[in-house]
Amino acid sequence: MNDVVIRAEGLGKTYLIGHETERERYTALRDVIGRTAKSLLRSAGDMIRGRQLVAGDEVEEIWALKDVSFEIRRGEVVGIIGRNGAGKSTLLKILSRITEPSAGRVEIRGRVASLLEVGTGFHPELTGRENIYLNGAILGMTRAEIRRKFDEIVDFAGVEKFLDTPVKRYSSGMYVRLAFAVAAHLEPEILVVDEVLAVGDAEFQRKCLGKMGEVARGGRTVLFVSHNMGAVASLCQRAILLNRGTLHTQGDVSPVLSAYINRRESAAKLAGRQIDVAAELLKRELAGGDAVVIKFRVTLRGPLTEPRIGIGIDDDTGARIATLFSETSAPIPRIEHRNSLQLLIETEPVRIRPGMLSIKIALANCGQDIETYEHAIQVVVPDYSPFARPPYARPRGGVLLKSRMDIDEEAHQVFV
Amino acid sequence: MSIDLSEPLPAERSDTARVGGSAGAPVPAPSDRLLILEPGRAERNYWSDLWHYRELFAVLAWRDVAVRYKQTVIGIAWAVVRPLLTMIVFTIIFGRLAKLPSDGGVPYPVLVFAGMLPWFLFSSILSEASNSLVGNANLISKVYFPRLIVPASAGVVALVDVLINLVILFAIMAWYGFAPNWQIVFLPAFMVLAVLASLGPALFITALNVKYRDFRYIIPFLVQFGLYVSPVGFSSAVVPEAWRFWYSLNPVVGVIDGFRWCLLGGESQLYLPGFLVSLGVVAVFLWFGIHYFRRTERTFADLI
Repeated sequence: MNDVVIRAEGLGKTYLIGHETERERYTALRDVIGRTAKSLLRSAGDMIRGRQLVAGDEVEEIWALKDVSFEIRRGEVVGIIGRNGAGKSTLLKILSRITEPSAGRVEIRGRVASLLEVGTGFHPELTGRENIYLNGAILGMTRAEIRRKFDEIVDFAGVEKFLDTPVKRYSSGMYVRLAFAVAAHLEPEILVVDEVLAVGDAEFQRKCLGKMGEVARGGRTVLFVSHNMGAVASLCQRAILLNRGTLHTQGDVSPVLSAYINRRESAAKLAGRQIDVAAELLKRELAGGDAVVIKFRVTLRGPLTEPRIGIGIDDDTGARIATLFSETSAPIPRIEHRNSLQLLIETEPVRIRPGMLSIKIALANCGQDIETYEHAIQVVVPDYSPFARPPYARPRGGVLLKSRMDIDEEAHQVFV
Repeated sequence: MSIDLSEPLPAERSDTARVGGSAGAPVPAPSDRLLILEPGRAERNYWSDLWHYRELFAVLAWRDVAVRYKQTVIGIAWAVVRPLLTMIVFTIIFGRLAKLPSDGGVPYPVLVFAGMLPWFLFSSILSEASNSLVGNANLISKVYFPRLIVPASAGVVALVDVLINLVILFAIMAWYGFAPNWQIVFLPAFMVLAVLASLGPALFITALNVKYRDFRYIIPFLVQFGLYVSPVGFSSAVVPEAWRFWYSLNPVVGVIDGFRWCLLGGESQLYLPGFLVSLGVVAVFLWFGIHYFRRTERTFADLI
C-alpha cells in the first residue's frame, strides 16, 4: 500500500487580474470619452487576439499557486491547510481537473471524485428524488450505483417525507442534508474534499465528520481542505501547509499544524487599552500528561492594585475544557512601579484529547475586567494515546483519565 | 463547526473493521489508468472519456427537458403554440400577401411547417447551447466532466420540441389530405444533419460566449435574422437560379431543402449542387466548432 497515487511536480497556476489606475480628481467629459474609446479599442484588440477580457487599466499576472511539489500515497488522508488565499482551492481545482495548471505536472492514478461544494448542480424545480439522481450523476456515480444506495442516502438525509417535493420548498437545512447525503455515498479511489462540512446544524456536522472518518478508514485516499484544525487533526495522517501559493511545510499532521499555528503567532501579541500582553506557549506540543506552560509578558500602562489572570482552554468545538484563575494558584502581587511583568504559568499535568486547543486570556483588576483575548494562543495536542488504538473503545469527552484500579480477588470468587 | 468527542482518535485510523455504510464498502480495485495534467496537454482519450460520461449526458438532458415547462400553466403546449402561430403568420404573409408559389401542389401551411421544423431545431440548439455553459457556471467551476456534454444536452431539449412539432406537422398534413411518400424514410438522416449543422456554430459560439459575453446579445439577433434569410416562409425554388448556389452557403438552406424533399412526397425537388455545398459548409463548421471548443474548454473554469 505504498504506491504513489498523486505526484505533483512544480505545480503553478497564474491568473490575470486587472487594476484601475489612479484617477484625476476632476473628470471631464472629454477624458471619459477618451478613456472609453481606449478601453473599447483594447478589448476589441484582446478579442481579435483571442485573449481574456480583464477589467481595469493595468493587467497583472498573479501566481495563485507556485512551484508546489508533493506525493500522496494510496490510502493516505491528507489535510491541506493555510490561510485564505493560500492556494488551497486552486490546488484542489487542478487536482480535480476543473482547471489546468499553468506550470508543472501532476500524475494521478485512479479515479478522482471532487467535492468542492455541497449540492453542486441541484435544481430547485426538481424533487428530492430527482435531485439525488442528478447530483449523483454529476459527482460521477452511475445510475445503478445511485439506485443501490438510494435508500441509504434518503435515510442519511432524513427527508423520506419530502422526496417528491421540489427542493426549492425545502428548508435550507434539509437541502444541505440531502446534498451531503448524496456526496457522502461517493465511492471513488481518490476523494478530494473542500470545506464542505461547514454546513448544517451541529448534530448533522457530527454525522458528516463521522462519515468522513469512515471514508478515511475505509482505505481511500482523501485530500481534505479545511480551516477546522480539529477536523484536520483528527481525520488526517499527513498535512500540507500552503502559504501564499507556495508549499510551506508538509509531513505528519501535528508538526504541520504546529507550523501553521506558529505562523499565526503575531495574533498572540495582544495590545489593549491599558496593557500590552505578549503570551507565548513554552511547550508548543503537549504530550500525554504534560502540563500546559504559558509565559506571559505583561506591559502595563497604569498600575494594577489587585491583578488577576484568568485562562480558559477551549477545544476545537469552542467548548471549554478547563479554566484557570490566578487566585486559586497564587495571588499576583500588586503592581505599581514596575511597568513590565513576566509570568510563568504551569498547570497541573493534564491529559487532553488530541486535537486543537484554543487558549483565551483575561486580565482583571479589582474584580473589573480589563482585557479579554479570545483565541490568544492555539496549541496542538498530537495523538499520543496508546489506548486509542483498537480494540479499545473510542474516548469521549475532553479529558482522558488515568486511574488506579484495585481488584478484589475475594469478591470476584463469589460470582464464579 | 463542531466535533463530537466520540470521533475516533487518529490512531484508530488503521482500524480495518468496517463501520458499515457505503464508505465502509471495499475500495474499488486500483485502476492503472494514469492521468497526467500539464499545461496545454492535449487530452488523448477525449472521446472515450466522453463516452464514459454518457450517463451524465443523459441525466443533464433529462433535467433540461424536465424543468423546461415547470411552473407554467399550459406546460408542454408551449411547444405546440409557438410554431403553430409562426406558421399562421408566415402563411398569411408569404403565401397570401406576397403570393409566393408553393412547391408543386403542396398546401402553403404544410410547406411552411416542413421548413420550420429544421429551422426551429437549428435555432433552438444554437440559442439553448450558447447560453448553456454560462447557465451552468456553477457546475463548470466545481466539477470536472467533458464540457461538450453541457451544450449537447441542451440540444436534446430542442430535439424533443421538434419531435412534438413533427406530430403537429402530420396532423396538418392529414387535415389537408396530403400524404408523404417513401422518401420519408430519410427523415431521421436529415434530422441528424440538422443537429450536426447547428452543433458546429453552436459549439463555436458557446465557447466564445464563455470568454466574451457579447455573444449572448448576438444570438437572438442572429436567430431572428436567419429566420428570414433561410427559406422558412418560402420555398428555396423562388430564389433565382443564378443565386441558388451561393444561397446554399447558408447551411440551413440545405437542411430545409432536405426536410422538404423527404416530407413533401416528391413535390419538392432537391437542388443537388446547392445541397452538397450546404453539406460541405456543415462539415467545415462542425469540424471547426468541435476543434475550437476542445481547444478552449480547459480554460472555461477560469473564465466563466
